[in-house]
Amino acid sequence: MVAMTRRRWLATLGLAPLAGAMTTEAAGTQQQQNTFESIPPRELLRRRHFPNSELVTHQGKKVHFYDDLIKDRKVVINFMYAKCEGICVPVTANLVKVQKLLKGRVGRDIFMYSITLKPEEDTPGVLKKYAQTFHVGPGWLFLTGRPSDIESLRRKLGFAYADPVEDADKSNHVGMLRFGNETFARWAACPGQAHADWIVISILSEVDGPTRTAMK
Amino acid sequence: MYFNVFGKKVSRAQWKQMLNAQKNRRELIAARLDRRELFKLGLLTSGGYLVAKSGLSAWADGGCDPGTCQLGCSPTTTPFVDPLTISPVLPERQLSDPGFAMAPTVCPNSAINPANGLPFEGRGQFNGVLRPGTDCFQFFNQFPPQKFFIERMRQNTNFRITSDPRIPPQTIWGFNQGGTDPTTDPAIFPGPTIVTRYQTPMLVRRFNELPSGAPAGGFGVPETSTHLHNFHSGPESDGGPCRWFFRGQYFDYYHTMQQAGFSFDFPPNGDVNESLSTLWYHDHRVDHTAENVYKGLAGFHLIFNQFDTGDETTGFHLPSFFSTPQFDVPLFLADKLIDPGTGQLCFDTFGFDGLVGDKLLVNGKIQPFFEVQKRRYRFRVLDGGPSRFYQFFLTNPDNPSQSIPFWQIANDGNLLPQPIQITSARIGVAERVDIIVDFKQIAQTFGATRLWLENRLEQTNGRAPTDNILPAGQIQNALVEFRIVGNPVADGSVDPATGPRFYNLPSTTPTPRITRNFKFERSNGQWAINGQFMDCNTIRFTVQRNSVEKWVLENSSGGWQHPIHIHFEEFQILSINGQPPPSSPLVQTGRKDVVRLEFGTTVELFFRFRDFRNDYPMHCHNTIHEDHAMMLLWQVQDVGDSNTEP
Repeated sequence: MVAMTRRRWLATLGLAPLAGAMTTEAAGTQQQQNTFESIPPRELLRRRHFPNSELVTHQGKKVHFYDDLIKDRKVVINFMYAKCEGICVPVTANLVKVQKLLKGRVGRDIFMYSITLKPEEDTPGVLKKYAQTFHVGPGWLFLTGRPSDIESLRRKLGFAYADPVEDADKSNHVGMLRFGNETFARWAACPGQAHADWIVISILSEVDGPTRTAMK
Repeated sequence: MYFNVFGKKVSRAQWKQMLNAQKNRRELIAARLDRRELFKLGLLTSGGYLVAKSGLSAWADGGCDPGTCQLGCSPTTTPFVDPLTISPVLPERQLSDPGFAMAPTVCPNSAINPANGLPFEGRGQFNGVLRPGTDCFQFFNQFPPQKFFIERMRQNTNFRITSDPRIPPQTIWGFNQGGTDPTTDPAIFPGPTIVTRYQTPMLVRRFNELPSGAPAGGFGVPETSTHLHNFHSGPESDGGPCRWFFRGQYFDYYHTMQQAGFSFDFPPNGDVNESLSTLWYHDHRVDHTAENVYKGLAGFHLIFNQFDTGDETTGFHLPSFFSTPQFDVPLFLADKLIDPGTGQLCFDTFGFDGLVGDKLLVNGKIQPFFEVQKRRYRFRVLDGGPSRFYQFFLTNPDNPSQSIPFWQIANDGNLLPQPIQITSARIGVAERVDIIVDFKQIAQTFGATRLWLENRLEQTNGRAPTDNILPAGQIQNALVEFRIVGNPVADGSVDPATGPRFYNLPSTTPTPRITRNFKFERSNGQWAINGQFMDCNTIRFTVQRNSVEKWVLENSSGGWQHPIHIHFEEFQILSINGQPPPSSPLVQTGRKDVVRLEFGTTVELFFRFRDFRNDYPMHCHNTIHEDHAMMLLWQVQDVGDSNTEP
């Protein structure tokens, strides 16, 4: 049956009109008028990457992702889930070191967000317990929400694989940290298992870099 | 609820389609359907990607909304409307130039600039922090600089990548020719071509005058480190990933312009067989190389000597660079995406697979044309990235079935011992191939009046090419259209068919002091080398200065290909999967500085490490992989270590 479907599928494509065979042309047909708009960089990244979904923190507080957590902020983001037996534990443990090395800046002008990949399981209570287990300090939120919102967030933040088969395996989830300075539309990523002191240097060079370069 | 990769809600049916899409594409590829048939069916397209039909695209219903930056969403452009531009040669400057008001110094000028609180010079900083007493120029007093240059990194908000009126002027970052007036000396892409000569030590001062604030298009970081790929330089002038400097600073890059071995086995000037010809310079700022180079911070650097002279009446008699018109032309390949909403170049800083564009730029223009005379030309073809692999052919668009031969004379900026006749060459990011094309002979033999340099390697995403060769004569795959004009003209260049000899390959018979093994891997979406990630504070191993080593590089990352670049020293490939490197149909012989780790490939490389001390990187030159930690640092010191799996 599968083979049959597939053959039929190819046949269908064969019958497809030839116009627009090349994506450049196909896209172009929608763009012939070429009325371009100017989108400021922060707005462009907001549209592309930062939905304003409602999330819940491990402290039970409702927040909106873009308005409350991203806008005008310096942030560090990763994805995890409480029962993860893969890299979540080493990454979280590493982030605990990172938080300490950032010496009180977390919560003051740098914010850390760990977003669950399994919102069905990870209630605010579960995440609170997880945070306590790791002795997480203030300024670091564990976030859950509606599964659809979380999934959208994961994709928009670039924590998804292009290959859906690979992407479906949560134990193999993307282990990166993404950090940036929203005001300067400046973002970078590094592996969550990199050395903590290097992660700190990387984070600081993103979040503080723009203001270290004050030239008239 | 179901979502596509952009987080857009899709129906269950669409979601299932997405899952099927991957399978479908694999089947299509596995079925090895005739490519022409696929084209007729409308299933194949530019750069060889399968069309974004819902049944084929993993991004089903991704849409081309304003703000998206996605393959297949760029607005239409007309090919061959712009003549090929050739970047100007960077003019020499005198030390009396205002740009040198502060004279170059052997050790960095770390005095604080009261205007911004930063050291005047960025050299001597590591991770943006001053390390006093480091990064003094090596061998400066032995080879004092004789030629001086200046470049300023700036923004240009009025750069045209095509004169197609449907595409607006672009905002790029680039290098200028060292002047201060942006009207007469704007930043350009590719940057000015730096032309130097062996045995004439030089110094280039680069000012970082990039803008502050959120960058146009949401990509680009105004901290830079300009790497000279792949000159034999000390790390202080190499422009490595951790030696970036800030806007408001300058950075002096000094190059002895001596061949390798000058302080060891080939005093006083090095081994002429180690001469390089086609190099390029580009930003290398750790974590941000891809976006900064994509934004325009790159250009060619060519080196001549007593054999490769730039004058076809002398030396090896290669087509003249210094004549007017020039018959030695660098070609900088760069593929780009254009945001369908803004009409501006876009770059997704949140992607980690790699970025392949649907607009093919050569020397900063979309699919230009170039009028050529009936004679031989030397083209220096560079894959400027960020992720695409090319396999280019010469196609007669009026008779695409013709197989048109040409000559390869260099691999990665190193002349081969002698020309090799080829019909195609493959390059990964940062690889260079110098070719000789005889338009007179091609016009006679094939009746061609125009020729395309055509990329026929299929690549649908940033991970790797599919390795399928597309049919010839597809206009969207044309890089440049050569228009053969006029009658045959005088040609003083050597005919490659006569078998001229260039340099000899240095021997690979000495016994390596050590063999080191490197696995290029992927886990949890992160790239690693021997299980570890890039870290500017960790130097992974120490090579003994003036010694010979063998490195074994293995691609264990599944469906990915990685062009691996090792700074500082060229290598020779000893073997690829146990076999000696072929010279046909693709040339893998000669001295190189980038090796393509193709699917399941293991390569053995032979190195000599001479002259300079301190740290250099090895990294994947898919610059998006590089920016996601597929890099390591190593160093050269007087005593080496014995770490075989660093």
